[in-house]
Amino acid sequence: MRIVVTVKLVPDLNAEKRIDPTTKRLVRTGMETVLNPYDEYALEAALQLKAKQGDDTTVTLLSMASESLKETLRKALAMGADDAVVLSDDALAGSDVAMTSAALAQALKKIGFDLVICGGLADDGSTGGVPGAIAEHLGLPGLTNARHLEIVGGTIKAQRETDSGYQAVTCPLPALVSVTMAVGEPRYASLKGIMGAKKKTIATLSGSDIGFENRAPKTELLSFAPPPARTKARIVEASDGATGARAIFDFLRERKLV
Amino acid sequence: MTEAAAPDPLDFLVLDALLSDEERLTRDTVRAWVRDRVLPEIARWFEAGILPKELARELGDLGLLGMQLTGYGCAGSGAVAYGLSCMELEAGDSGVRSLVSVQGSLAMHAIHRWGSEAQKREWLPQMARGERIGCFGLSEPDFGSNPAGMRTRARRDGSDWIIDGTKMWITNGGIADVAIIWAQAPDGIRGFVVPTGVPGFTINDIERKLSLRASVTSELVLSGVRVPTDAMLESASGLSGPLACLCEARFGLLWGSMGAARTCYETALQYAKTRVQFDRPIGGFQLIQQRLVAMLLELQKGTLLALHLGRMKEKGGLHPAQVSFGKLNNVRVALDIARSARAVLGASGVTLEYPVIRHMNNLESVSTYEGTEEVHTLILGQAITGLSAFD
Repeated sequence: MRIVVTVKLVPDLNAEKRIDPTTKRLVRTGMETVLNPYDEYALEAALQLKAKQGDDTTVTLLSMASESLKETLRKALAMGADDAVVLSDDALAGSDVAMTSAALAQALKKIGFDLVICGGLADDGSTGGVPGAIAEHLGLPGLTNARHLEIVGGTIKAQRETDSGYQAVTCPLPALVSVTMAVGEPRYASLKGIMGAKKKTIATLSGSDIGFENRAPKTELLSFAPPPARTKARIVEASDGATGARAIFDFLRERKLV
Repeated sequence: MTEAAAPDPLDFLVLDALLSDEERLTRDTVRAWVRDRVLPEIARWFEAGILPKELARELGDLGLLGMQLTGYGCAGSGAVAYGLSCMELEAGDSGVRSLVSVQGSLAMHAIHRWGSEAQKREWLPQMARGERIGCFGLSEPDFGSNPAGMRTRARRDGSDWIIDGTKMWITNGGIADVAIIWAQAPDGIRGFVVPTGVPGFTINDIERKLSLRASVTSELVLSGVRVPTDAMLESASGLSGPLACLCEARFGLLWGSMGAARTCYETALQYAKTRVQFDRPIGGFQLIQQRLVAMLLELQKGTLLALHLGRMKEKGGLHPAQVSFGKLNNVRVALDIARSARAVLGASGVTLEYPVIRHMNNLESVSTYEGTEEVHTLILGQAITGLSAFD
């Protein structure tokens, strides 16, 4: 069985992010790139399934990224993924959800899979739209927001998180799932994993390799602005705890927050 | 000359660029583990005087136990990767690094280097996984810097060995499944692999320490302990056996001490930038800047030294005196950095709310074990003059 985990490479969470006013794109140079943290949960889910399924199950990483960033995937290989494919093409820069999902879907067709696992969100774009759109492009059942996965015969069973609990759902493979952080904390890479990772392959595919050419994003970014500066905090001064608590309570009640 | 980017206060000389991708990934992984598992709990462990034994399994899963050894389930990493791991562990706490040093560089290293094939198979894979803990019994109540005078004796009884004696200041003793015991045998000092559960083997943990509190330190009492003939480490003869192991451990702690120092420097820097006295951050005062800069200089130089020794070790090995150079310098400057950081933090510096006094107290032990400043000074003195001041 081949499990493909989609992985986005995003700027370090702590880095100060900057948008190029001309391209309206996030400046990705000059800052450390890391695995999208949500995708680490997708990888963790895949590795858990692999451990249960046995050695004939492989976990392949698929990332749409600049070729120069592909070494960032070593960490995911060190965690236990078997190999990686980078879809890299200048024409893909600035893709929106529609274009990204269409490109990844084409790449998935090319590399083949039984199960696709995605993180629920990318830390930089934060649309959360890509997993569902890939499923749509491939005509696959899409089980989103899964907190637990189990493969039974040729089907996958998932628990989908909802506001009030979870739904137990199942569908035949091949399928696509996206996971929440409840699947389990991503494992640490082991030293042996780190040392083994350098021998694992990171293959590169271009747009023409997957028959994905001359496409354009369907959406256009009109403008962007930094978040509004936070208004100054109101400091409640009180002679004792009870009075202070009362003042905070009144403040919250005014705004119908309690 | 074009001007480079402003230096990062936390990596002033861009030493990061001297590491391979694999080394960086190793460091980042250990750092993440320390951040997740050690830092949230360490002040409590230190105060309570405990180190949870289950950490050993986690360290085993990470592959850090005996990581520099090859085969028998060990990762076979390079010296720099091992050093970086020690640095990250000790940036958390010297006690956690001590657990790893004693397990890997002393106990496992002794078996790996001097043991028989059967001993290696019996002990190393489980020790690498952290399922069995090892300790290293060399020091005695009356013989610390002078191990040659040890009183622990091993005598023959038929084909068995009978061991009698007391070992002191033994890290991991109370949680150990196996002890490497060095003893005077009829033909000189010999090492023995002794399971701690055998009759006549008693372990008393040393309480009331004010240093390395998140580490188990014990007295081992061997009273007529009987072990079979194949418990002896056959190829170790004389003091060179244990000293070779100590040299490995010293290499780890010349890195580790820079981790403890780094945490102290970073804490002091952060504190100085935010603590306001006389209406301005204290980091703006000349005397505080002098302290911070002195810390920065020694931290960067010590880290460079560790890296240089690591690369030398990877290329062709180090002379023990070169390891002494690193141990003497780096632990000394780490202790200076910790004390200075403590002063920058003022009264806050004496509480466990900040990591500084914990590191400062830990480094007192690190300065003493694996060779005191005095001993390393004399090793270096002998190395450059050709004259021994020991005899």
